[in-house]
Amino acid sequence: MSNGVEKKVVVIDGQEVALNGEKNILEVAKKANIDIPTFCYHSDLSVYGACRMCLVEVEGRGLMPSCSTPPEPGMIIRTNTARVLEARRTILELYLANHERDCTVCERNLNCRLQEMSARMGIKEVRFGERKEKVPKDTSTFSLVRDPNRCILCGDCVRACREIEGIGIYDFTLRGSKAQVEPAFGKKLSEVECVYCGQCAIRCPTAALVVKSEVDKAWEAVLDKEKFVVAQIAPAVRVAIGEAFGLPPGEITTGKIVAALKKIGFDRVYDTSFSADLTVLEEAEEFFKRLQKGERLPQFTSCCPSWVVYAERNYPFYLEHLSSARSPQQMFGSVIKNFVTRLENVPKEKIVSVSIMPCVAKKFEARRPEYVHGEIPDVDIVLSAQETIRMIKSANIDFKELDPVPFDIPLSAGSGAGVLFGVTGGVTEAVLRYAYERLTGKELKEVEFKGVRGLESVREAEVDFDGRTVKVAIVHGLARAQQLIREVREGKRYYDFIEVMSCPGGCIGGGGMPLGYPDYLAVLRKRAEGLYNADRLSPVRKAQDNPAIKFLYEQWLKHPGSETAEEHLHTRYRSRRRISDEVIRIQEAKSAQKVDVAVCVGTSCYLKGSYNLLQGLLKLIKEHKLEDKVSVGATFCLERCSQGPNIRVNDEVISGVNEENLERVFNEEILSKVKE
Amino acid sequence: MEGVSQEVALGRSFEKVNAILKKHAYNPSNLVGILQEVQEEYRYLPEEILTYIATALGVSPAYVYGVATFYAQFSLKPKGKNIIRVCDGTACHVKGSSAVLKYVREYLGLREGEETTPDLLFTVETVACIGACALAPAMMVNDDVYGLLDEEKVKEILERYEEGREGADGV
Repeated sequence: MSNGVEKKVVVIDGQEVALNGEKNILEVAKKANIDIPTFCYHSDLSVYGACRMCLVEVEGRGLMPSCSTPPEPGMIIRTNTARVLEARRTILELYLANHERDCTVCERNLNCRLQEMSARMGIKEVRFGERKEKVPKDTSTFSLVRDPNRCILCGDCVRACREIEGIGIYDFTLRGSKAQVEPAFGKKLSEVECVYCGQCAIRCPTAALVVKSEVDKAWEAVLDKEKFVVAQIAPAVRVAIGEAFGLPPGEITTGKIVAALKKIGFDRVYDTSFSADLTVLEEAEEFFKRLQKGERLPQFTSCCPSWVVYAERNYPFYLEHLSSARSPQQMFGSVIKNFVTRLENVPKEKIVSVSIMPCVAKKFEARRPEYVHGEIPDVDIVLSAQETIRMIKSANIDFKELDPVPFDIPLSAGSGAGVLFGVTGGVTEAVLRYAYERLTGKELKEVEFKGVRGLESVREAEVDFDGRTVKVAIVHGLARAQQLIREVREGKRYYDFIEVMSCPGGCIGGGGMPLGYPDYLAVLRKRAEGLYNADRLSPVRKAQDNPAIKFLYEQWLKHPGSETAEEHLHTRYRSRRRISDEVIRIQEAKSAQKVDVAVCVGTSCYLKGSYNLLQGLLKLIKEHKLEDKVSVGATFCLERCSQGPNIRVNDEVISGVNEENLERVFNEEILSKVKE
Repeated sequence: MEGVSQEVALGRSFEKVNAILKKHAYNPSNLVGILQEVQEEYRYLPEEILTYIATALGVSPAYVYGVATFYAQFSLKPKGKNIIRVCDGTACHVKGSSAVLKYVREYLGLREGEETTPDLLFTVETVACIGACALAPAMMVNDDVYGLLDEEKVKEILERYEEGREGADGV
């Protein structure tokens, strides 16, 4: 032992392993190729130590969780003693007792870590009683399904949502045998602040959280002879779908995916990188104009639907800063329903547009009312990579052996820039490749902006545009984005352009991707490499050089930012309030011509004294004997927190009201309206 | 004038919660203490207030809800002005505490699953032991202990608290 201390080694299952700053025994074991099972350990989340699957026996100390025990020189560790195995087996049985075990009809059948662990430990019988009462599933969102009957309380979703997205919609509630993981007040996912990113589902070791499947709908469409089914494939899925068929992560399988979809019966298969190019042109043109005018900067990207909905709920003051360009999925949806219809001479009602996405929030995005015209949505069905894999498997296709098939013409090719949309920093790089040429009028020779690449959660770069320095920042994970935006708001940082993606790594880490177990970060790195390779291999590397894009502008859109482009490729954002906007009625006027006044008593305004305003206002109304003509209410947030206290008179919000100017505001804004 | 009293209620609610939050320096580590004081004020933890506290402390509503449901002392449903704790410890149980509970519930007209009277005057709970075994069967109303209970005595005690209603409202 003393020898081990001097040599800075531990002995694990008889093998001497040198210590080199490993945080826990688990990491040391990994170095020695020992695969200790875990449920609640994720290298990119905090250590929780709750699942107890990773117990090991440390000489002189007994059973220890290897994820939360730091290695010490001289430690003698065993991972497979009788005690360890017995403990692990019992714990597993306890998990299984409270888990609905109809595995053959489960969404995660053969893709479940609990099932895998049970097989590995050879569990044949569960000695403990089952939980009798069944809880209903939560199917309230378009993106995810939550089934509490399958939850084993590992808390992975709790930490994923809190640590990656900084939202924390789940937590442990109640305790003991009644303990549960659920959103606040037992609400449904559609009623809380969920942004539908699916980071919880991708880390869930069972099927307690899964992607809401649209596979049946997709089959129905492709098998319907009357329908003309058009698919678009997002950049990120091309480097991940192969993983489910024994290919390494990062291997580019674009041609195989097209081949598989054609075999399944899709009539046309297009590349979302193409519409990403379209997004580049529209978004970069917008950026170029803002740079020239020096207005609405920083410009935020808007291709990530989770980020967009988060911004709509939390940053109403920045909505004007978001690029109005639609996401590539929605741009292609619009192209399919408005241009492909003409190209192929198929009526809108017969065309079914299906997108193959790494993302589950895209399911939500496709249903946003602004993208549904009458009954017809631009994107009818959104399949995550996981669902696409299932479709390919059920169609008896030997994916690995497929010969690659190219995308359909004439909207076939996306540029390398478009492909980069799948990885964090990619949108920025693609936009820079366009904006540089637009701003300087010179050809960009070195297209790779290495400074914006990488997986660090925040990256910043300064790009020299012929004397004009453009400052960009890239952030992924909304938790880090919140921090960055706070600093921007406080004036501690300045940027011209900020790219925000909600998932770690960008879309390659999307909630609808293959699970990437056990070493998620290594998988992300390989997927990122795969996309950079795809860019390098592209004959066209800048969106503006893409001949198919030029064709589309000639035939339909005219030029970036044109009226047609505005109508079909841009959008508007709306503020979605965090707290319900119901007004608490305080004084109800009876007159038909009453004036409605609401005083904001949200946190910010309240702290700035809006309660006194409310009192003062009631007093003034009483003095003027206007109780029957002025209704007064309290409201929770008028979303101008920085300019508060705010009051609303009829539909007009008046900011900066305080006790000193209250009387003047009352005379000018309220009294005048009563007299009208 | 009903409007004004609502306004006062609203104002007070924010004022009190804010005062409590301020006293705890908006420190999320003091969440349990904050919830205790808020419950003291409202006799339960209303959903809007919990959400407000979460926002003010910069934590998620789910986190606050998790803490509030973990401890048995917190109630997310309104509680009555008078809390009756019927002791069901070993001694009281043997001496017939189930009958006492039945008398209390019958007297108050509580239906199955109901713990609080609709007029919010009484809430009935059972507790494991209040340390008055010599007086079994016993119960507490607020901070007062009553022992050697039978149907007659229960009725007498509850009547007194009911009469106290006008007095309490008069303050």
